[in-house]
Amino acid sequence: MNARYMISALAVIVLFLVVLIAVQVPGLRYVFGIFIPYLALLTFMVGFIYRVMDWTRSAVPFRIPTTAGQQKSLPWIRYAPFDCPSNKGGVLVRMILEVLTFRSLFKNTRMRLREGSRLAYQLEIFLWVGALAFHYAFLAVLVRHLRFFTEPVPFFVQLVENVDSFFRFEFVYPVVQFGLPGVFLSGLVLLAAVTYLFLRRIFVPQAKYISLAADYFPLFLIFAIALSGIYMRYVTKIDVLAAKELTMGLVTFHPTLPEGVGSVFYVHVFFVSVLLAYFPFSKLMHLGGIFLSPTRNLTTDTRARRHINPWNYPVPVHTYEEYEDEFRDKMIEAGLPVEKMPVENLVEEEKKGVSHGRGNS
Amino acid sequence: MAEEILKPEELLQISHRPPVTDWMETPINIRKGMYCYASNPKSVEYVGLPNARPWNPVEDDWKLPENWQEIIHQGFKERLEKFRSFKVFMDICVRCGACADKCHYFIGTGDPKNMPVLRAELLRSVYRNDFTTVGRILGKVAGARPLTLEVLKEWWYYFFQCSECRRCSVFCPYGIDTAEITIMGRELLNLLGLNIDWIATPVANCYRTGNHLGIQPHAFKDMLDFFVDDIEEITGVRVEPQFNKKGADILFITPSGDVFADPGTYTCMGYMMLFHFLQERYGLDITWSTYASEGGNFGFFTSHETMKRLNSKMYAEAKRLGVKWILGGECGHMWRVINQYMDTMNGPADFLRTPVSPITGTRFENAKSTKMVHITEFTADLIKHGKLDLDPRRNDHLKVTYHDSCNPSRGMGLFEEPRYVIQNVCNHFYEMPANTIREQTFCCGSGAGLNAGEDMELRLTGGLPRANAVNYVRAKHGVNMLACICAIDRAALPALMEYWVPEVDVTGVHELVANALNLPGQNERSTDLRGEELPGSAGAAEGEADEE
Repeated sequence: MNARYMISALAVIVLFLVVLIAVQVPGLRYVFGIFIPYLALLTFMVGFIYRVMDWTRSAVPFRIPTTAGQQKSLPWIRYAPFDCPSNKGGVLVRMILEVLTFRSLFKNTRMRLREGSRLAYQLEIFLWVGALAFHYAFLAVLVRHLRFFTEPVPFFVQLVENVDSFFRFEFVYPVVQFGLPGVFLSGLVLLAAVTYLFLRRIFVPQAKYISLAADYFPLFLIFAIALSGIYMRYVTKIDVLAAKELTMGLVTFHPTLPEGVGSVFYVHVFFVSVLLAYFPFSKLMHLGGIFLSPTRNLTTDTRARRHINPWNYPVPVHTYEEYEDEFRDKMIEAGLPVEKMPVENLVEEEKKGVSHGRGNS
Repeated sequence: MAEEILKPEELLQISHRPPVTDWMETPINIRKGMYCYASNPKSVEYVGLPNARPWNPVEDDWKLPENWQEIIHQGFKERLEKFRSFKVFMDICVRCGACADKCHYFIGTGDPKNMPVLRAELLRSVYRNDFTTVGRILGKVAGARPLTLEVLKEWWYYFFQCSECRRCSVFCPYGIDTAEITIMGRELLNLLGLNIDWIATPVANCYRTGNHLGIQPHAFKDMLDFFVDDIEEITGVRVEPQFNKKGADILFITPSGDVFADPGTYTCMGYMMLFHFLQERYGLDITWSTYASEGGNFGFFTSHETMKRLNSKMYAEAKRLGVKWILGGECGHMWRVINQYMDTMNGPADFLRTPVSPITGTRFENAKSTKMVHITEFTADLIKHGKLDLDPRRNDHLKVTYHDSCNPSRGMGLFEEPRYVIQNVCNHFYEMPANTIREQTFCCGSGAGLNAGEDMELRLTGGLPRANAVNYVRAKHGVNMLACICAIDRAALPALMEYWVPEVDVTGVHELVANALNLPGQNERSTDLRGEELPGSAGAAEGEADEE
């Protein structure tokens, strides 16, 4: 039963056909080239901000960081400033390491039951590598695309492009021409990483079991985005100037529809639009959520600095007085001090000349 | 009970391959040996929690209030607003699966719903259905499903198969903490009176008598007096614990389990001997309380409110007695509560002072607001300053390994202090493999209130990863003693060891301390606290000679 990824794959195929057919109708090009991108970006921005605001509206009643290292306690014990950060600086480093290097995922292990009785845990680095490759390749692609939205092109975009096209390989034959202009690694890495992330959801039985349609859909979508981009760049050799005319039109709010960008360009733009619009409603919001995760972004000095719970309220408790009222006789008999000594006991004690019982102070 | 438990080789037939049927389509099977009995209505009623009535999990009718779905929906909504953790964790999981094989219950049972990600999906599926637009529109395609009685039963079964150990949260790239998920799940279940008795009755006991076991004040004193006799027999020294003493310097609070059952009792004797030593040598003035006679907090396994109600006794008693600060014994979840919740819930403890060791002068800056110090912090500081008179040779018959208890590990970061203490009182100490200790430590399999008798199969399977690691050091180094700083560990691990690694015993750290500690005026000791002959002592030498 593969209904979950079939549904997602089908969704992406339908989207593809819709845009491919629609842009044959000249009038609809306005919709797919201008209206939908604007709408998608608006949805993304409003949706993203709304979701983050919605999270921040919920209270943080307790400080519950996961302490993944030695606490700061006695001065001669070396503590783990980033795994168990006792101050905001440590939290900052912990968060930076988490967001930029996926540090927790790096710790990933894989459990195996060996010889039927021995449990072994080995480092499982592939998910971390795949995830890191995916996210950084995506980032590089994103930065490169700023070229289409800026004039003049900022230096860092050029820089990323230079690094990205560091490896050059060119096939220049009459039949096959590939690698001209220079090959950007990021696009290929992105494609490979997405493929890996998809395949592990199919072939790792546990990953397959837990995967929802919502886990496959963005993978397919991003695969389609990368593939259409690569296709335009290396195969159909898109008229880059025409494409930039359109994108610059969008950012300067003077949208135009230049001729000669081709259907695949509309497919590419439409998929990106779908991804943007889908983003705030999906698990992709982990981009924002990671910053708000209370097990990571709080200090561990919980015994040194009091945390305030905004909704802390008084609760019914069983007071000492109630306790003593119930057990007073037994306490007296056992020689335990009590707050209220019954009169008869006092009289008796006086007779005996005993002085114990009424507190020790 | 015993004859119903499978043999180890049978229990080891674990398949981690998920079934063919989709998890939403796999019906719940509440299986004997894997669940705990339902809460006793009297206990539920005593603390005024809802829907107290007799019920049985394996019967179809759970006797729920008519509007139970509405109660859960409202409760869910309220908690999403009150706990950012809950809301964020409902939204951001990408189901990467890194957590899947980190859970000891999944490792031990192979039940896919024990993968942390699926345990959370049990709640998330309902969350999507009730609180997200996409879920409402797309339904099952979006992983959403309505809350049916079947789903509720699944919640109950699996939220009482999680020990809130937080191991998965170490590996989650977003820090999603299944303990948080389970805590919320159990709170919701408690709105309908769906607790287990192993939690509900200790809660009621603790509310009334001050401790989970329902030990009344006179009996509490009796039990400690009993240890006084034992200690005298072993050492020749009569210790004098103080109770409910006003004006003492320090209030000591530890889990009542250590007063009650072996091998925790030896840890308790350890505390008493240490305090006696410090009193004789340095004039330490420390008191026990019969009212705050519980360090543990099974309210934590019920709801945040119940946790606060039970925990309130610590500060209340410290205030009544007028002590300077509080010292806490070896306990697991007790320290999660003290470290991350107590000050916020029941503070500020401005009537107490920043804890200072009266013997070494060390200011415990790390506890300056909560004003409560962990006993291994306290003892490590004493040892570091050379304030204890120790003869570690009395632990030479022990080859010790150390089990990091979940809560002090991942909810506090207490790793070095207990190790430092152990290494100063024992000559033979061996660590278990790195993936099974410290922040990656495995639960005993019985935490968060699951230490009952009727769920023994769950406990033994859940404890398998821990037992396996102990077995590794047993085979490699001949380890025969498993040290820990948690009363539930001391209650649960002996059964686990007996089943998987029968050669290994369980001890608290302060039992080891007391074995090594020379008391002023003591006799030559021929046995350890358990009454076992010490090798090389006069008695043991005679025994050996006889054999020859």
